[in-house]
Amino acid sequence: MEPLESIRDRILAAVPGARVEIVPNPSPSGQHSLLVDPEHALAVARFLRDDPALRFDYCSNVTGVDWLDKEITEKVRVRLRIEGEEREVEETRKHIRPGYLEVVYHLYSMTLRHGPLVLRMRTGNRTDQVRLPSLTPVWRSCEFQEREVYDLFGVVFEGHPDLRRILMWDGFQDYPMRKDYVEPDDYEYEPTPHGIVAEKARRHQTLVEPKTPPGSAAPPGSTTG
Amino acid sequence: MDPGLRSELQRHGIFVTTLEQLYNWGRSNSLWPLGFGLACCAIEMIAASMARYDLARFGAEVFRPSPRQADLMIVAGTVTKKMAPQVVRLYNQMAEPKYVIAMGACAISGGPFKQGYNVLKGIDRYIPVDVHIPGCPPRPEALIHALMTLQQRIAEESLTGPDRPRHLRPDQPGEYPVPEFGPHDLVPPKNPEIWHPPAIRRPA
Repeated sequence: MEPLESIRDRILAAVPGARVEIVPNPSPSGQHSLLVDPEHALAVARFLRDDPALRFDYCSNVTGVDWLDKEITEKVRVRLRIEGEEREVEETRKHIRPGYLEVVYHLYSMTLRHGPLVLRMRTGNRTDQVRLPSLTPVWRSCEFQEREVYDLFGVVFEGHPDLRRILMWDGFQDYPMRKDYVEPDDYEYEPTPHGIVAEKARRHQTLVEPKTPPGSAAPPGSTTG
Repeated sequence: MDPGLRSELQRHGIFVTTLEQLYNWGRSNSLWPLGFGLACCAIEMIAASMARYDLARFGAEVFRPSPRQADLMIVAGTVTKKMAPQVVRLYNQMAEPKYVIAMGACAISGGPFKQGYNVLKGIDRYIPVDVHIPGCPPRPEALIHALMTLQQRIAEESLTGPDRPRHLRPDQPGEYPVPEFGPHDLVPPKNPEIWHPPAIRRPA
């Protein structure tokens, strides 16, 4: 497969107006990915599928990622006038990078036997700008997986032929894979809770405790611990 | 009747029995399970019904595709919240007398998915379970043991009197409410009439 930089340059030449960035992956595998803007994603996807040197004819995987608001601290050098003389001082500035939802596509070429190419799209935010173009018209295998991303993350795919929930039921209102998903409080006894389960046990106990009248606590013989 | 006297009479060619014994003997040796599986436990259930483990020895090899013809529901596998109403509906459609074996860690408690948001923490929240089998998945021998346990319980059932089984009591329901899909969880999340969890409290 040709290097990602040249794929990006060829996309930029073939799809006018497209904004394509390379998202670096600092891990040893170094699987960098292409971030495309939602407006031109469909044209970029068609180019990746139809270009004779690329021929990405198979989309093996579609996943979602939920990125919460993140506080970023950076150190900036600023010139300040302190006691009459000008000095260069280092200042830490904090700003909040707004959260977004990301959809990741893994593309392979069956004819040319190369891949994967990792394609990403990002939504505007996590609440009301969650619409992204569906790539199902380009790769048929995206259909169920985009439904799953819609079901669990709440990304709305425009142009999807049959966008319904796939794992949860139709009347379900939450998006369970989002990081701020609050599960129904249905904690039940766990012999050795630890980690987040111990946290759930504590939260459940504080919710249940005020309701039980005093004296009717644990019946004799029940274990504590 | 004294069992010693009965075996003594049998030695002389005289067979004495009661209608209750005969009835329970017939029922316990022709338990027809409902043929449905929910996850990997179903593979062990299938293995138990095949030649190597041969569930036919216990009269339980006739897996019925219709709940109307089945006596025994083997809940073999993970019951997700999306599947739970269908399982309860199948149970309601079975004819009395009916029995339930909850097979495997998921069916009895939610198993490894217990703390998740999408798996029911045991089918006994909605329908009465006669035998629970732990294991992930249980071996076919464990299913055979559960079936023998159930047979023993059926053989000990009395048809009259205060300790009658559930299906002979007019005040006990034969159907249980099917949970509805709510906006966040099943509604109700459990049937409080049949599910009484022990109150276990930890020191804070």
